[in-house]
Amino acid sequence: MATTTETLAIVSGDDVVRVRQKVRVRATEAGLSLVDQTKLITAASELARNTLDYGKGGHADIMTVNDTARRGVRIVFRDQGPGIPDVALALTDGFTSGNGLGHGLGGARRLVDDFDIQTAVGQGTTVTIARWRK
Amino acid sequence: MDSIPILKIGSALLVTIQVDMHDQLATQLQEDLTTRIVEHHARGVLIDISALEIVDSFIGRMLANIASVSRLLDADTVVVGMRPEVAITLVELGLGLPGVKTALNAERGLALIGGVARDEAAAGDGDDD
Repeated sequence: MATTTETLAIVSGDDVVRVRQKVRVRATEAGLSLVDQTKLITAASELARNTLDYGKGGHADIMTVNDTARRGVRIVFRDQGPGIPDVALALTDGFTSGNGLGHGLGGARRLVDDFDIQTAVGQGTTVTIARWRK
Repeated sequence: MDSIPILKIGSALLVTIQVDMHDQLATQLQEDLTTRIVEHHARGVLIDISALEIVDSFIGRMLANIASVSRLLDADTVVVGMRPEVAITLVELGLGLPGVKTALNAERGLALIGGVARDEAAAGDGDDD
């Protein structure tokens, strides 16, 4: 069961900072270890920036998941931007179409337990990540 | 817009990052530092990131860029105070920050820069005659 979803708009650099702060609060509440919190927040920072820079802005839905099986934080980043033509390539380390180091998407995937990406050219991109309490 | 203060200690510049930086602030720090290195003929730059709860690829790139630019301007950069969980995350992210010198704390970092300055002073004395 996902509870209390909080949706943040991502339209400026300040919003990327705000996403990091909200994710930290949720990760602490969910009881993630310090290392797990740090990994989740870092992944969220990368993806929020992608939403801003490549997706031309969008939203982040931050939710605490608390069911019988597991407890953690799930975040959905969605934009209506140009989409990603070649997802496999975009997930490769060293690939970047912008000004990063090219570690954004692939790096973010390594930092979380669950990673899902839905994208199509002209249809925008939705990335869902989650990190669970061990 | 707020900016990050840059202090001068001897021939070194000290920057303590105490806020959750948005990207524009990080970019501005990079430019400010470059200007100050030249202005003060700084031989070293010490960047204290002990207050930073995360370092993502953007901030990582900023640190690497500062190190590269200051090297071209004949100054050494030492990043100090990285939290253990930040180090673990950076490596997993694929950012080992090659070319960036690190020290566990500001004291050791200053010693690194000071050591460089002293070595050069000693070498300079020899050349004077």
